[in-house]
Amino acid sequence: MVEPELADATRDEAALRRFLHGLPGVDQVGLEQRAAALGTRSIKTDAKRWAIDTAIGMVDLTTLEGADTPGKVRALAAKARRPDPEHPDTPPVAAVCVYPDMAATAVEALGRSGVGVASVATAFPAGRSSRQVKLAEVELAVAAGASEVDMVIDRGAFLSGRYGEVFDEIRAVKAVCGDAHLKVILETGELATYDNVRRASWLALLAGGDFIKTSTGKVSPAATLPVTTLMLRTVRDWLDRTGELRGVKPAGGIRNTKDAMKYLVAVHEVAGPEWLTPRLFRFGASSLLGDLLMQRRTQRDGHYSAAGHVAVDA
Amino acid sequence: MTFWEYSPAPESAAVANLQARYRMFVDGEFTDGRGEPLKTLNPATGEPLAEVSTAAPSDVDAAVRAARRAHEDVWAPMPGSERAKYLFRIARLVQERARELAVLETLDNGKPIKESRDFDVPAAAAHFFHHAGWADKLGYAGFGPDPRPLGVAAGVIPWNFPLLMLAWKVAPALACGNTVVLKPAETTPLTALVFADICLQAGLPAGVVNILPGAGDVGAGLVAHPGVDKVAFTGSTAVGKQIQRELAGSGKRLTLELGGKAANVVFDDAPLDEAVEGVVNGVFFNQGEVCCAGSRLLVQESVAEALLAKLRARIGTLRVGDPMDKNTDVGAINSAAQLDRITELAAAGEAEGAQRWSSRCPLPEKGFFFAPTVFTDVQQSMRIAREEVFGPVLSVLTFRTPDEAISKANNTPYGLSAGIWTEKGSRAQWAAQRIRAGVVWANTFNRFDPSAAFGGYQESGFGREGGRAGLEAYLDF
Repeated sequence: MVEPELADATRDEAALRRFLHGLPGVDQVGLEQRAAALGTRSIKTDAKRWAIDTAIGMVDLTTLEGADTPGKVRALAAKARRPDPEHPDTPPVAAVCVYPDMAATAVEALGRSGVGVASVATAFPAGRSSRQVKLAEVELAVAAGASEVDMVIDRGAFLSGRYGEVFDEIRAVKAVCGDAHLKVILETGELATYDNVRRASWLALLAGGDFIKTSTGKVSPAATLPVTTLMLRTVRDWLDRTGELRGVKPAGGIRNTKDAMKYLVAVHEVAGPEWLTPRLFRFGASSLLGDLLMQRRTQRDGHYSAAGHVAVDA
Repeated sequence: MTFWEYSPAPESAAVANLQARYRMFVDGEFTDGRGEPLKTLNPATGEPLAEVSTAAPSDVDAAVRAARRAHEDVWAPMPGSERAKYLFRIARLVQERARELAVLETLDNGKPIKESRDFDVPAAAAHFFHHAGWADKLGYAGFGPDPRPLGVAAGVIPWNFPLLMLAWKVAPALACGNTVVLKPAETTPLTALVFADICLQAGLPAGVVNILPGAGDVGAGLVAHPGVDKVAFTGSTAVGKQIQRELAGSGKRLTLELGGKAANVVFDDAPLDEAVEGVVNGVFFNQGEVCCAGSRLLVQESVAEALLAKLRARIGTLRVGDPMDKNTDVGAINSAAQLDRITELAAAGEAEGAQRWSSRCPLPEKGFFFAPTVFTDVQQSMRIAREEVFGPVLSVLTFRTPDEAISKANNTPYGLSAGIWTEKGSRAQWAAQRIRAGVVWANTFNRFDPSAAFGGYQESGFGREGGRAGLEAYLDF
C-alpha cells in the first residue's frame, strides 16, 4: 500500500480503531435519497439487453440449504453452464455457490466450463465457532477446488469493537485461501448502521478481502440498494487511494430483473463503468437468474413466455 | 457494447395540449390583451412554442377593477370554510392535471421533466392544500381573533419556477380572503394560463384570480396601480429595489423575495459523500437557476482536496441534455439572455484568476445549454464569489476555522439560504445561529415544505412565504 495513512491504519488495534472511527460519517437520509434516485434511470431495448446479459454473467448461482444433495448441486451446475439451452447464446453465470462439503461435487460437475465454484466457509452463516474450525473449513473448500471463498465476519467481535480480532481473522482466512478469491460477508443487516457498514467495508479491504459482500441471505434485511451504494463508494475510495480494484457482491433479496438493473445503475454511476464486470461485481442470488432469463427471452421474442419455459433447477 | 448508454425515455410533448395561442385571463374570462403579443420559446430547441397575448395599461386597470369587485362582493365576505373548498378543489385539479402541467412547464422553462414532475407540480399542489387548511383557521393563527384580508394582491413572479411561484403567491392570498392579479414571467407564461383554466374548472368566482402575461412594463404598471393593496414580488434584486422605491409612502404592503448567493459550508467532520450530493443538488438543481442555490461552497481546508475530487467525479456523471428525457439531470438554460449572462460571469471568473473546471458531458447543438462548472481558487473579492450567477456554476472557497467559515458565509450582500454539513449536532446549531440567512439547511439542501417559512435578509428581500409566518403578508390585524 502506497499511502502512509493506510499502512499505519493496521499497525495495532488502537490505530485500526482510530482509522475506522476517523472515516467520514454516513448521513442516512442523504444516502437513501441518492439510492432512490439511482433507481429511476431508464433501461430499455439495447441497454436492457446488454444489462441482462451482463447481469447473468455476474450471478453467483446459490444453493445454501441443509437439504442440499449432490443431485441438487449437479442440477445447479448444469444450469450455471447453460442457463437457457434453447438460447445457446445466453452467457454462463459467474459461479456456483455452495457449502464446503458440496464444493467437490460442484467442481466436478462444472469441469472446465469456466464457471467458478464459490464456497461459503468459516462456520457460515453465523460464524460462531473457533478460529481453528473456521480455517479448517476454508482449507476443506480450497482443497476441494473452490476458486472463491465467501467468509462471514464475526459480527459479535465487530459490534463490541474488537476490530483487531475481525481483522486478524480475515487475514488468517486470506492466508489459507491460496489462489482462491476471498469474499468477505459483512452481514450488513446485523451491523445496523451505515457508519458500521462503512467501517466494516474498510476493515475487510484493509485485511485483504477481494470482495465485500452484503449478506449471507439468512438475515433480514439482506442486500439493499443504499447499503450496496455505500459499499460501491468504499471500493471507489479504495481505488482512488491505493490504485487497486476490489469487488462488491450484494446477496439476498434481489429477485427480479428490475431490481438487478437498479444495482447495475449504481455500479455504473457510483463506482464507475469499470466495475461492470463479473470480476468486480456479483449478484448473490438463487432466484434472480430465472427472471433474468424470462426477461431475456421477452427482449428477444417480443413477448412474455410462461414460467414453465425456463428451467427451475435453481 | 463496451459503454453502457441508457435508453432515451422522452416524455410525450402531446400531453401538454399545447395551443398555438394563449390569451390573458381577466374577470373569469380568457380575453385578448391589447398589448403586443409575445412568442414564448422552448429553450431546449430555441424554437417558438406559442403566441401569448399581453396586457396593455388598460388591461391592467380592468384586471385590478375586476379583482376589487370580486374581493368586495364575493371573496372577502365568504366564510373561510367556503374559500377552503375552492382551494382544495384547485389543489386536486393541479394533481389531476399534473402530467399536463409538468410537460408544459418543461417545454416552456427547459427544466428536466423529472424535476417538474417530481418537484414543481407536487409542491405547487401541496401549497394549495396547505393554505386550504388555513382558510377557516385564520383566527387561530396568532394574528388576533379576526384578521382581515388586505384587498387586491398583485403578484409578480420569475421564470425559474413558474407554477410553483404562482402557487406561493396565489394560495396564501386566496386563503386569507384577498383576490389576485398575477403577472407571470415574460419567458414562461404558459402554466399560469393553464392554471387560469383550472380556476375556471374549479368554479372560482370571476375576478378572484386574474393572469396578465407581459414583460416588465406590465409588472411595473400593475405594481404602481392605485387599486392594488399588496405587492408580492419574486425576482432580481435590482427590480426589487425599484419596486420598493416606487411603493415607498404609498401605504401598499410589500414583500420581496430576491436574489441570493448561498454558502454551503462543509466542515471536516461532514458526511462527505452526502455532502457531495448536497452540493450537487444545491447548485445544479434547476440548472442552478434558483435564488437559494448553494452557489458558494465553503469547505474546510483539511477535507477540501478529498471533497473536490469526489465532487468532480460526481458532476461528471450528470447528464445534460433534452429536458423531456427522464434520464436528464440538467436541462436547458431558460433564455439566450440568461445563457449570455452565465457565460459572461464564468469568463469573468477565469479573467480574475480562478481555476475553471467544466464537466466534459456532451451538450446538445441546439437550444441554450451550459455545462456544469466548478471554479476553485476563488477569493472573496472575485465577482463569481459575490454576484448571483443563476446558472450551473459553483464557486469553491476554503476556510480553516469555524469562525472563518461564518465570517465568509456572511460576507455577502444577500442572505436567503445556507447549508451546513457536519456530523456534530452542536456545531450545526452553532453555525445555524450565526449565519445570516432566512433558511439554513443542515445536512441537506433545497428542501421545501409549504409549512416552512421561506424568505431572506438584506438584499435577498423581506417577508416570509409559507407556513403561519407567510400568512402575515396577506392579513390586516
